[in-house]
Amino acid sequence: MARIAVTGDDAVALAAKAVNPDVVAAYPITPQTIIVERFADFVADGEVDTEFITVESEHSAMSACVGASSAGARVFTSSASAGLMLMYEIIFIAASSRTPIVMAIANRAISGPINIHGEMTDQMLFRDSGWISLFSEDNQEAHDQTIMAFKIGEHPDVLLPVAIGLDGFILSHAIEGIEAVSREEALKFIGGERTAELKLDTKDPISIGLLHLQDYYMEARAQIRDAQERSRQIIVEVFNEWEKLTGRKYKPVESYMMDDAEYAFITMGSSAGNARTTVDELRAKGEKVGLIKIRVYRPFFGDEITKLCTNLKGIITIERAHSFGGPGGIFSTDIKSALFNTGLSPNVAEYTIGLGGRDTLIKDYHNMYYRAKDAFNEGKNLPIYWWGLRE
Amino acid sequence: MAEIIDIRLHGRGGQGVMTSSYLIAEAALLENKYVHAFPSFGPERSGAPIAAFARVSDERFYIKTEIYYPDIVVVQDPTLLGQVDVAAGLKEGGIVIVNTDNPNSEAVVKLRNSLPPGARFATVDATKIAAEEIGIRQTNTAILGALVKLTNGNIIKLDSVISAINERFKHKGADKNIKAVERSFNEVS
Repeated sequence: MARIAVTGDDAVALAAKAVNPDVVAAYPITPQTIIVERFADFVADGEVDTEFITVESEHSAMSACVGASSAGARVFTSSASAGLMLMYEIIFIAASSRTPIVMAIANRAISGPINIHGEMTDQMLFRDSGWISLFSEDNQEAHDQTIMAFKIGEHPDVLLPVAIGLDGFILSHAIEGIEAVSREEALKFIGGERTAELKLDTKDPISIGLLHLQDYYMEARAQIRDAQERSRQIIVEVFNEWEKLTGRKYKPVESYMMDDAEYAFITMGSSAGNARTTVDELRAKGEKVGLIKIRVYRPFFGDEITKLCTNLKGIITIERAHSFGGPGGIFSTDIKSALFNTGLSPNVAEYTIGLGGRDTLIKDYHNMYYRAKDAFNEGKNLPIYWWGLRE
Repeated sequence: MAEIIDIRLHGRGGQGVMTSSYLIAEAALLENKYVHAFPSFGPERSGAPIAAFARVSDERFYIKTEIYYPDIVVVQDPTLLGQVDVAAGLKEGGIVIVNTDNPNSEAVVKLRNSLPPGARFATVDATKIAAEEIGIRQTNTAILGALVKLTNGNIIKLDSVISAINERFKHKGADKNIKAVERSFNEVS
């Protein structure tokens, strides 16, 4: 299939166009703006049948999405950084209302100081909300995962909202070639219309979002917990079906050059591209190093990660995100926890990189690797370290 | 490992530097190559120095960083010379293309003399070409003709650039922009 030149934002907008959602409610924010602008063009040009709800804020955008999804609509939205912060209350309500909204996030640093560039903290922050959360390494993945997200979220065993991250500017504003999926293919894959078993319907009234106090709140939350657990299998099934349709292989946790590896980078999103490039260069020098890429961040596929760690001497986690005062990196803390349950104890070196869009060069990845390897050879772990910080 | 051509473009906000990098990527993709092209924004304001990057390869590649060791540097605004180290990290045998109406100016000569041995240097008056052909002093398309000429069409062919411009500017002045590209192709020296 011929590849077309599009930015990451365009790749997402084209995916949404292929899906032709019933409702889109969104508010523009850099670096997500192109997604909303482009989709508004599709609406104006009659290329989609979507009801596009213009809103005055992200809080209203997500509220409109929850309302529409509760009425059984297929719903798409998009945001980033401060926009997500403003919709935070409703992000949690979207999960508890079991509304399978799909949201693309052009991951951007959070104020302050104010910054428009890439960072994943904005999406990682709502890991505890019940949303399924995926990240993209390139524009093709952003395109594909936007479509797959509808099928995952709308599955009757899941019924949870799904977030798709793409790195701000590095992907959102970068042109790459993608194979775009047609509407026919997309709708054949996810189903022509959403079928919601429970929805707001005047002919068959139900209530959604009622008060649950000490009596039933925990049970309602447990249902989200259980849906997240069930989604593990559905995600894998949807990925496998996608491969049959497109030939493009997706796994919740992916590996590169891991068969005989003694050390591994573990990272997410576009950083995986840089780590992959570094692995190739280090391999050429005889280093036994590989890459583990976390695609699905929630639910966390800890078993899949630890399986890849069985024969490793050390792992090097690289995150474009940080939790102040935490016990380490954000996902590296999850990994350490998963390792603890297995009894495996490879050495661990943790790095925070690239906050606010600061570039991390391939030579930096080399240096992070050798610094870690030296420590591992002395049997040491390296605590979280902010790479490239000015003195 | 894929062999990649790294192109770095310098200009000022509002001059369409990002569009230049996008057109390179779009043209290369028409030749079924692999690309990654993106801008480096500071504060989004007109007149501020900005850079944009385009990577082109016959093979799939994965690197996502900005470009520090370019094969080719394109300078769309000669007033940047002396303010921005445009040739920083230029690879051996690299190419520098500067848009200027005065190839003998002190700043241009200084840049040319500072280049590593084996580097190629060329100038084109893309601003004049753009003003005459398009009617605005926007050099983002015109400069590409010089790029194609100096690389013998090995990275992107003239026809591919023309097709990419036809697609991107189909509603607004593709023809004029194509004329500007063709003139820059012929006039670069």
